[in-house]
This record gives sequence, structure tokens and C-alpha cells, in this order.
Amino acid sequence: MTLPDDRRYSREHEWIRPEDGEGVIGLTRFAVDELGDIVYVELPAVGVTLTQFASFGVVESVKAVSDLFAPVSGAVVAVNEELRTRPELLNSDPHDGGWICRIRVADPAELDALLEAPAYAELVGSE
Amino acid sequence: MTYSPHTDADRVAMLGAIGVASVDDLFADIPESVRATRFDLPSPLTEQEVRAELSRLAGRNRIPEVSFLGAGAYRRLIPAVVDEVVGRAEFATAYTPYQPEVSQGTLQSIYEFQSLVCELTGMEVASASHYDGATATAEGALMACRLTGRHRVAVSRTVHPQVRRVLETYCSGPGVEVVEVRADLSEAGSGLTDLSAVGSLVGGDVACLIVQEPNFFGLLEPMSELAAAAHAAGALVVTLVDPVSLALLEAPGRYGADIVTAEGQQLGIPLAFGGPYLGLMAARMSAVRQLPGRLVGATRDAAGRRGYVLTLQAREQHIRREKAASNICTNQALCALAATAYLSAVGPQGLREAAERSTIQARHLVATLETAGIASRRFTAPYFNEVALRLADAGARHAELLEQSILAGLVIGPEYPELPDTLLLATTELTTDEDIRRLADALGAAS
Amino acid sequence: MSAVGERSTTDASGRGAAFHSPPAGAGALVVEPTLFERSRPGRRAVRFPAASEAARTAAASQPPIPDAARRTAPLRLPEVSELELVRHFNRLSRLNHAIDIDFYPLGSCTMKYNPKLNEWAARLPGLSGSHPLDPGPLSQGSLELQWLLAELLREIGGFAVVSLQPAAGAHGELTGMLMTRAFHRSRGEGDQRRVVLVPDSAHGTNPATASMVGFTTRTVPSNARGGIDLDALRGALGPDTAALMITNPSTLGIFEDQIDDVLSAVQAAGAIAYMDGANLNAILGRFRAGEAGFDVMHFNLHKTFSTPHGGGGPGAGPIGVSPRLAPFLPAPLPQLVEGDPATVLANAWSGRSTPDARFALEAPGVRPTAIGQVRTFGGNFGMHLRAYAYIRANGAAGLRQVTDDAVLAANYVRVRLGDAYELPFDRICKHEVVFSARRQKREHGVSALDIAKAILDEGIHPPTIYFPLIVEEALMIEPTETETRETLDRFVAVMRDIADRSARDPEAVRQAPRTTPVGRLDEATAARQPDLGWPFPEADRTEATLGG
Repeated sequence: MTLPDDRRYSREHEWIRPEDGEGVIGLTRFAVDELGDIVYVELPAVGVTLTQFASFGVVESVKAVSDLFAPVSGAVVAVNEELRTRPELLNSDPHDGGWICRIRVADPAELDALLEAPAYAELVGSE
Repeated sequence: MTYSPHTDADRVAMLGAIGVASVDDLFADIPESVRATRFDLPSPLTEQEVRAELSRLAGRNRIPEVSFLGAGAYRRLIPAVVDEVVGRAEFATAYTPYQPEVSQGTLQSIYEFQSLVCELTGMEVASASHYDGATATAEGALMACRLTGRHRVAVSRTVHPQVRRVLETYCSGPGVEVVEVRADLSEAGSGLTDLSAVGSLVGGDVACLIVQEPNFFGLLEPMSELAAAAHAAGALVVTLVDPVSLALLEAPGRYGADIVTAEGQQLGIPLAFGGPYLGLMAARMSAVRQLPGRLVGATRDAAGRRGYVLTLQAREQHIRREKAASNICTNQALCALAATAYLSAVGPQGLREAAERSTIQARHLVATLETAGIASRRFTAPYFNEVALRLADAGARHAELLEQSILAGLVIGPEYPELPDTLLLATTELTTDEDIRRLADALGAAS
Repeated sequence: MSAVGERSTTDASGRGAAFHSPPAGAGALVVEPTLFERSRPGRRAVRFPAASEAARTAAASQPPIPDAARRTAPLRLPEVSELELVRHFNRLSRLNHAIDIDFYPLGSCTMKYNPKLNEWAARLPGLSGSHPLDPGPLSQGSLELQWLLAELLREIGGFAVVSLQPAAGAHGELTGMLMTRAFHRSRGEGDQRRVVLVPDSAHGTNPATASMVGFTTRTVPSNARGGIDLDALRGALGPDTAALMITNPSTLGIFEDQIDDVLSAVQAAGAIAYMDGANLNAILGRFRAGEAGFDVMHFNLHKTFSTPHGGGGPGAGPIGVSPRLAPFLPAPLPQLVEGDPATVLANAWSGRSTPDARFALEAPGVRPTAIGQVRTFGGNFGMHLRAYAYIRANGAAGLRQVTDDAVLAANYVRVRLGDAYELPFDRICKHEVVFSARRQKREHGVSALDIAKAILDEGIHPPTIYFPLIVEEALMIEPTETETRETLDRFVAVMRDIADRSARDPEAVRQAPRTTPVGRLDEATAARQPDLGWPFPEADRTEATLGG
């Protein structure tokens, strides 16, 4: 599996791509493949503050449901509105078009608790 | 008698295949210390003996020749065709449609049921059924709490007392507080929910207002005004309706109801001493993810054929477990099938005829008793097919009439101490002019 | 309807055709239009008599239904003839699999034969016409039946008291958890005991029920033998434990042989022991939960006691309780208020009424400790009377035979299929056996779902799949006691054949089913764009269809 190296990964299978003090958050290919056909994403409201490793939403597939965990803390500045009508984007393009939300990163130091691409690849390889 | 097909030779052969000497060996894993020490049940019966026993019990009931009893369960015509449909073993002996390829009959009928409930109520989405109207209402209240993030619900005192008790029980689970909204039950009162009391909820933290239409006393509540007042308080409106009345009365979706529930027993389901009945529940599509209970949706197979599946299952207990909207799984599918068959057997004209005849006979009943000076209406608001009547010494008179096989409705006093000497009488399309005459004669003679 | 509306634009033009033209090669029988497509304005089946002139005249003196309350929304119920109606439902019924058609080994559901005699009983006018609020003198038969059934269930489960009120198994669980909380509150421990322990093999209803009562759930792992991990249980139990909810035999079909230790640990911790009675068919006459020390259990009358499953209900979920929980049972209970219980029972068992016996419902408020009422009226009486007929027909000997034969059948299947599919817990099972299709999945890419679909092509209903969650690619088979050895042998042959074909031609198995009315349905689209009701075109909203 090739993983983009422009971002960090959490052990809960979220990724965050830092961009000028903000961060774009999504689910990894591994996670969406495990879930199967995704049918619904409960997006956070813009303005809400996420706490690192706390649940901020839910993703549902036909046969499973899973919490979304914030890789780092920060206030939500945008959500991917397209997911409301096309949740399948998460399956088809999880690392780009299927992004979930964009936050203003509260403390960049929190990124240090996350994994680089090779470490994450090793983690999911062992699962 | 047993329904086991095995001969002794079968059992021996199967034990041999398993490699054990006796069936007791298959229970060796039950520790001696916890094995049953008794199983003291009566001897087996043959079919003819079972028939005799059930007939004995049926014979111990007395079905009154004339009955005006309703109060949440109603004698109505069950068309013969409805019983034929629900008696089909292909429906009755199937289970929850987990394998859609071999469950299209059940699934399509539930889809049709959901469509009919939406059409009756004027709502956008209906669940595949609940245990009864009361549990649907209680689940509706909890759903309103989830939707609003609030933890109190307000229920009118004119809602069926048993429904209010079930609501209390369900709400006690997650610690939701139930507050009662008073009603005007005074002498010469309207018998309706007190609108000003609803207005006083503004500024509070009430998740929903629960109202019954027609209310427990058969009276028509000012639904639009109540809904507006509740919405002004930021509360949702949960209405418990009579599905037959919806042939004549406004669809709740048109007066602002957010969640509509109903007891569906009247739609082709026998009284059967209280169950199984049928809970109906409908809501707006925007609230679908908080709607408890199963849902059937239409889709297609790979060849493009239309088919039906259980859908949005991630809301449910078997996937979401402790985060599920409710623990409900088995519901009342066969009763929903009865309702679907009933509503298509009577059609829009038939449902109107049944509702109209019921309301006319209620007025015929009241006019007859009032003209004879026997009883008078307890409340002033307009009524549908059930009416609270003031009658001196109501309890004793009610008991006297039973001796003549006339059931003069329900004595309300035990549920509403503020309403002594009051009877609640219901009429349906099965109420005849002769029934009304017999009641009037018996009451007139006794007075 | 937002989601539905999108589709209705294409459907409105040629609805029947757009939805229901069968593709080339499909039989016409598989397609049944909806009631709404069969509907034609003015067609009808049942009519009601008009009110008499006298009634109308009298009614005219009374206040009418105000115009403001009258319906303005359309009422587009189907308009069909009676024959069309009969054909519609009969044709739909032929698209269903059912116990009365063929084998239905759906694990955890106990799909046994539903005797016709019970259906006869349910249609006796004296029972079906009994109003739940009929005064006591009119309903002695209904009340006696409920009292007798409660006595029978009490004996079967070894409990002090039984309530018939809960409408389903999950409803019984809810009742049991509400009572658990009431019990702890009565001892001043309501705030402290907030945690319900459930094994990792539990039904999803258990944690969902605990949540409905405001409890949090903690999962206890299973051990390598498929039982509960006793050390983990002891570690999890504490002063915050409200209850352990346990299914026994478990969802693996295995009797918990450490049950003594489990119960003493739970009791020592001051918690309530709840047994999910879903698998009672495995232990009738062999194990009585109440006698063994459980505080509460729900019975599934639609599983163990043969009431029809109805395509997903109605069922009934009575609960039995120990003496210490009895004060909290939902009200009202049917009671024998006059007469000697032993005499009444002896008479009833010989088919006689007891002339001086009188039954009544508890008066409202006489038992203030009750958790309240969990539904209107006294429960699913129509299911109570069927279960009563079933228990009386079988008697003690018959019910023991039920369990013996159910367990015999499951073990027979276990042994006959043990080399074709992996058995994660290879030991004597009770009424059901759980296999894993892990090998088929790993070696041939054939999943439990594929196998289930291939079984459909043989006219047999598949087992429960992907449950319990702790077994990978689970196939949970419950044959029940009412299937012949020939049926079991045919099922075994089908399962072995599918295992063979999974190795030989896995793609063909993945393409199943081929013979069912529809193929595998697109569940993802169903959930992404929910179509949950018939999309009435706006054009239908004519004055002619308005009510009032």
C-alpha cells in the first residue's frame, strides 16, 4: 500500500495533512477498506473544537459503524459538504477527495504523537 | 403430543454418528450442582384435549352482546380477507428478513406499510413498526430528547393514562423527566390540554410536547395552536393519533407534528385481550437517523431488478450495540401486514365510511341519552367517536348493565379521581342503532 | 421526501414499467407491483353500511367535527378489488422462504415448527374478542390463561414470579434492567452501581438495553473454550457492577460449565445475574436458571414455545424473577384473588374450571415498588395463548424431548460437517453449532456471505452469519428438534457440496444466488439514497382524493 508522506497518521486510522497552521483530516485507505461500503458520515459542525484522540463524528457502512477520532485538537473551519450526498467518496478517494474536515491546529506539538507514513504502514501491515 | 419427527431408530443412528451412547452424554457439560431438580408440569395432551382446554378458557370469557368499551382498543370489522392474508404461512412462519433474496414478500409488504403510514400521517418516513402505540410514543419522546439534546418531556393530562405510565417507565431509563401539562377538566370545562400551560414551557428545556388526538376523552385538541406553542418553546411535537380518524382529521404532518405515533390495533387486528397490537411511528426525513426501529428501503440487484432490503441498519442494536437508538429488534411485522391488508381492503372510501359511521353513531348515542335525560356530556369540546358522559352513580349502573350483557364503556374515576360519575363510551362502525337503543333503555329503566 | 423525490421524477412518467419490467430471462412471477401501482381510482373491496336516517337525524343535533380539524391532505390509500388484493399478497408470499416451506436453520432464532393447533386456538372468538379493559367478570378466561401460563413458565425457569407483560425478548431485557436499577436504588446503591457486564459473545440487544437504562457496558472476554474468562469476570466485578447479562447456553451454542463460579462471583459482588433466555430450547428440564441462582431471565415465546415469528414479530418476552426482584415487576400482574392455587392448578391440568376461583389484575398503585408499566395492557396475549397450548400439548415429557432432540440435531450437524468447515470450539454443543468459513475465505476467497447465498440456491434458508462477533466468518446453525434426519442429511450434503465447490470453482459460489426472485441487492445505494416509501407524484394530489 502506498501512503502519502505529506501527512501524519493516528493509530485510529485518521490522517492529518498540515497546511499553514491548519490541518485537513481524513480516514486512511486501510480504514475505509475495513469498513466496506460507506453510506453515511456524521460531520462535525464548523466552529466546534476537537480534542486530540476524542470522538468527533461517526462513519457508517452497510454493516458497521465507527467513531471518528481527532488526530489533533483544533477548531473546525470547514467540512467536506460533498460527503453529505456522496459518502462513497470516502471509499473511492479516501486520501484526497474524501477528506472529512479542516481544522485550525491548536498545538502543532500534538502532531508529534502521530505516526509517519512508514510507521503507520507497519502498524496496519501487522493488523 | 410432541412435534418431534424422530423415530427411536433415527435417534440411535444420530447418537451413533455423534459417537455417544445416550442423549444424556450430550448434557454432561451441565455441572451436577446446577442441574434441574424438578420439572413439575402437567401431562401431555392430544389435539382434542388441547382443543377442549382452550375452549374451556375461551368459554370462561363473556363477550358482551353490546359494548361501548374503547379507551385505546376498539371493536371494528376485520375483513375476512385480512385474516386470510396474515394466515398465509409464508408470511407467518418466516423470520426477520435477514436474507433479502428469499424475503421479498415480507420486505415489500413492509415497504408498503411504511408508505401507508406516511400517507395517513402526512409524514416523510415511517418505521417498520413498534410493539404498540404506547411504546412507540415513549420511543418518540426519547427520540425527541436525542434530536434536541434536552432531557425533559411534557405530556398532556389528556393522553391515555396507560400511555403516560409507559412513557414514565421508558423515560426513567435514561433519567428523562416527565412533566404533566394540565388540562381543563373542570365542571363545564373543555376537556382539552391547557394551551396557556404549554405556553409556559417557553424558556424551559423541554424536548417535546406529547399530545393525543383525539384525546383520551375523544375530544379534538387544538393541534395547530398546541404545535405552534410547543415550537415557540423550542420543543418538538409528538402526537399520538387514531389511524382511523385520519380519514377525516387533518394529517399531523400538516399541523406541525414532528413525530407521529399511533396504536394500529384498529387496522385489522383483533382485541385479543390487549395484544399483539401495532405501534406506528413516523417522522421527518431529516430525523431518520434517530428513528428507532427497522426500516425497509427499495434498491436494485445487479440485473437491475427492483428489490427491497433492511436499510440504515447502522442505527440498530446488532451493529451499534450500546450506542443504538433503541434496543428494539423483533417488532410486530405480522400486525403491520394486517394493517397493510386492512388499509388496502377498505381503501380511502372505506376508511372514510368507517370513520364517518363511527362519529355519527357517537352523536346518535349522545343525542339519545341527552334527550332522555339519562346522561350528559362531561366536556364542551367537539368529539370524534368516543365521548365522556356524566351519569349519576356511574360505577353501580355500569355493573348493573353488565348483568344484561351491556358493557357501558369505561368507568373513568379510578384513572381520573377528579372525574367521578363519568363513563367513557366509544362507538365504531359496528355500533348499531339497536345497541344504542338497548343501552338507553337499560339506563332509563335503571334510573 | 428529499431522497425519494429525486427518484420520483423518473418514476412518475412510467412507474410500473420503470420499476418492474423484468429483465430478459427473469420469470414474470418474481415481479409483483406495489399496491400503489395496482391501484385504480374508484376500485374497491370492503364497504361499510351507511348510518341510518334516524342516526343521522339524531346526530345532527350534536356538534359536528369542526372544519378546522378536517383533513386537507390527500388520502391516497390503494384502491383495489378484493381479488387483486388477494393476488397481490399471495404473490408476495411466494417470494418468501418460511418454516412451512423448507429448512430454516437460522442460529439464535429457533425456527421450529409452529403448530397449526395454536393458530386454531388464537382464532377462538372467546379469546380473540376479549377486550383488555373488559371488567373482571367478563375476562376470567383470559386472566386464568395468563395466570396458568405464568405458573408454567415459573416452573420451567425455576423462578418465584413471572410477568407476561414484555412484548419481545429485547423488551423483556429492558424490563429486567429497569428492575435491576430499581433493586439497587432500593438498597441505596443506585448511584454507585452503573456498570453492566456482558460477554464478548453477547447479542447486540444486551448492551443496547443496558444503555437505554442509563448503564454503561463493559465487555468480558471469552476463554479459549468458548466460556466466559472467569478471571477477567472477577477482575471486572466490583462495587460499581449493576449486573451481569449472560446468554446460557452462549451464542456459541456452548453451555457455560463454570456457571456455578460465575454466579457466586456475581452474587458476592452484590450484582444482579441476568440470563438472556434466547437459547432456552437447549435446556428445558435440564437447567432452570432461577433454581441455579439467576435473578431474572426473559423467555422468548416465539423461539422456545413455537409462536410464529411473523416475518419479524409479534413475539413475546415474559420475564421470571427471583424473590428479591419480585417487588419490582411491572404492574399489573394477573392474580388469583379467590380460591386455592393448588386446587385451581389441579383442576386446570385435568381440564376443569374451579367454580369459586376468581382472577383479577392487580389494582393500580397497590405495589408502589413496581417499575411501572412497559406497554399498554397485559402483553401479547395472542402469543400467550399459543405458548400455553404448546406447553400443554407437550407436557413435561414432551418439553424434555424437545430439548433432547434439538441438542441431538445440532451435535449431529456438528459431527457431520466438522471436517468441511472449521469448528472454532470443537466440543459438545447444545441447540446450535457455530462453524467458521475462515478456511474458505482465506484459501478460496469465499466468505460466509457467499456460502449463505449459495445455500439459498438449494431452497434452504442459510444459518445466521457473522454472529457471534468473536468468530471470524461465523456460520451459526440451529437445526431445531422438528426437522427429520433426512432434512439434516440433505443440509449436510448441501454444505459439503458448497465447501467442495468453494475449492473447485469459487467464482461460481461468489455469484450465488441464481435461483432466487432477485439476486444480491445493492445495500450501499439503499442506505446512501434511502427510498423508504412510495413516491406519490404531486400530480396525484387532486381534489377527488381529498378527505372530508
